[in-house]
Amino acid sequence: MSRIDVNKTYKLFIGGTFPRSESGRVYEIKGANKKFIANPALASRKDLRDAVVAAKSASSGWANATAFNRGQILYRIAEIMQGRSEQFIDEICLLEGVSNKAAKLQVEEAIDTWVWYSGWCDKLYSVSGSQNQVSGPFYNFTTPEALGVVAVFAESKPSLLGVVRTLAPVIAAGNSAVLIASESYPLPAITLSEVLATSDLPAGVVNVLTGKVSELAPWVGSHMEIDGVDVAGLSKKQEDEIKLVGADNLKRIHRFSATNHPERILSFMEHKTIWHPIGI
Amino acid sequence: MSNFEYASAPESKAIANIATSYGLFIGGKFVDPRKGKSFETINPATEEVLSKIGYADKLDVDLAVKSARSAFTKIWSKTPAKERGKYLYRIARILQERAREFAVVETLDNGKPIRESRDTDIPLAAAHFFYHAGWADKLEYAGFGNKPKPVGVVGQIIPWNFPLLMLAWKIAPALVAGNTVVLKPAETTPLTALLFAQVCQQAGLPESVVNIITGDGITGAALVNHPDINKVAFTGSTEVGKAIARSISATNKRATLELGGKAANLVFEDAAIDEAVEGIVNGIFFNQGHVCCAGSRLLVQENVADEVLEKLKARMSLIRVGDPMDKNTDLGAINSKEQLKRIHEITKSGDAEGANRWSPECKLPSKGFWYPPTIFTGVSQSHRIAREEIFGPVLSVLTFRTPAEGIEKANNTMYGLSAGIWSDKGAKILWAAKQLKAGVIWSNTFNKFDPASPFGGYKESGWGREGGRHGLSGYLKSDVKASK
Repeated sequence: MSRIDVNKTYKLFIGGTFPRSESGRVYEIKGANKKFIANPALASRKDLRDAVVAAKSASSGWANATAFNRGQILYRIAEIMQGRSEQFIDEICLLEGVSNKAAKLQVEEAIDTWVWYSGWCDKLYSVSGSQNQVSGPFYNFTTPEALGVVAVFAESKPSLLGVVRTLAPVIAAGNSAVLIASESYPLPAITLSEVLATSDLPAGVVNVLTGKVSELAPWVGSHMEIDGVDVAGLSKKQEDEIKLVGADNLKRIHRFSATNHPERILSFMEHKTIWHPIGI
Repeated sequence: MSNFEYASAPESKAIANIATSYGLFIGGKFVDPRKGKSFETINPATEEVLSKIGYADKLDVDLAVKSARSAFTKIWSKTPAKERGKYLYRIARILQERAREFAVVETLDNGKPIRESRDTDIPLAAAHFFYHAGWADKLEYAGFGNKPKPVGVVGQIIPWNFPLLMLAWKIAPALVAGNTVVLKPAETTPLTALLFAQVCQQAGLPESVVNIITGDGITGAALVNHPDINKVAFTGSTEVGKAIARSISATNKRATLELGGKAANLVFEDAAIDEAVEGIVNGIFFNQGHVCCAGSRLLVQENVADEVLEKLKARMSLIRVGDPMDKNTDLGAINSKEQLKRIHEITKSGDAEGANRWSPECKLPSKGFWYPPTIFTGVSQSHRIAREEIFGPVLSVLTFRTPAEGIEKANNTMYGLSAGIWSDKGAKILWAAKQLKAGVIWSNTFNKFDPASPFGGYKESGWGREGGRHGLSGYLKSDVKASK
């Protein structure tokens, strides 16, 4: 008899640990070949709240880490991903039903995306900040700062790249993130969290939830401790709804075209301007 | 004190030339509102009627937006950037030429001291146009892509606290980036905006690039909800800002919002106390405290609190309250009866919740709307006067023991517009500035504004920045942000 594989239990990623949903719920994911792959957790409102608590607790440590340090950790994520490429490729093939070659290209692009955003961490400040020549004896400068806690609805497909493209700029900015994985293609997000857990990324900086996007989106919209949202994985209708309830704490809500751009980082940052008199 | 009283030094009203009535400025001309409705604008210091102002309803708003759209498509988007800039330079120069007239009209309509409209509002408004004019043909170097494109037609709604200055903050960056605008000034302070319409005529600005419609909140809502505007730019209360965010949530419209604040002004034990006291006074009593970024929460380190309060009270006793047209006046009239009512209501909650009120002795004029400079001590963080924006000359005083506690208290608010730091230690200032969750940090100064300096808030104080290079982005299309 051939050996029986040891299959992975796909769980949530909250505060650096891998819990099941407190609700005890799971849902079934089938591959492109219609065969069962896994029963990931069906996250509840309470799981979301726990994830936000974890993100909030991690946020000042991460935001105040040196930009060089953040850049190194993002690069480290790329390093660890490179070593686990095969696992991502297999998962993408199984889920999306794409060729091995296409999956490999996707994984490589995802890794390179981490490297690209890694390099931005300590350069944003000079590109986006400024010294402002005001009409008076004052030193006046503007510098970007992390927004706080950002919820990210990952794009469905490409299943891995859609996660990395949305997540990397958010944490490059120094934010903590609550990533809501694609409902139909959630597995690469969970596998990615295993990479994040071993990349020196402080616990809580990224939290990953799987489940029903339509169930979680309204709770994300009304959560007063969530400061920003990338709605990549939401429908237009869901986006409108989240904007409506998100107005209660004026969440910064954005949708970007599928490309890497520093504006994706800066959209989840605030600019602070500091004045000080000059004189003796 | 009586030996050193100032003789009155009134500015003359003669230069003002306020018409008895004004229409709406649509298509480069003053036109009567379709339904012929109007309202009065008064001098809040005397309650005398200054002029009759056209009231724009939905139909008028529609006309104004159509006119702005046609100017955008046919004229302004085809005007070379260099020439757009030159129009703005012209406007800046005309504002400078007519500065005295504008200052007088601003003070009459708003109630702010002539010293402030003369030395702050009008020069800054002109400077704002001059600064932005230069950006017109340099936008591709501003860091927003090689071919920055305007957003289109912008609906702009401004408050009554700095009428012309807020107009400048809105119109200058919009025009320079190639947008056309429909601007609605506040109901109680429409006059300088209408005067500005004449400046546009004098500058030869193509018709319909700037449209100015007067009215109230209903007019503003009609503008926000007009299907053919591409962006809303609003300065005002957080409550209205959120309502705007809701009403555009299912549209393609973009928004920049400059909303309320409850700024902490932190005085550390090592501050130069006399300078700090001047800064506290400037922070809360400038413009009658009608300032979204006013330093309305004084946080003093406990061991210097007595000294600071004693000196603050002595300094407050020297504040001259009264005729805004007097060049010696420090604190003018409250802008409206409604605002005065709100200040009374919220300060009464301060009394009821157990805070201690203090005001210097001062005689308030019998006519008009007035409120004395006031401080509350013994304020706790849960008091309404420590949480809500009062928008008046009222300071809530709290204390802290350690720098960490000071920061904690300073950040304990839904707002994040501005904050002040008073300390003689450079490292401490930079540490505190980094911790404070606010868009503008004044260290060892307060309430400073400049066209080159971005302004805007964190958290529920709004979206986006105005002024400086950063302010331009609100009026340019994004390379990467998807529109629906």
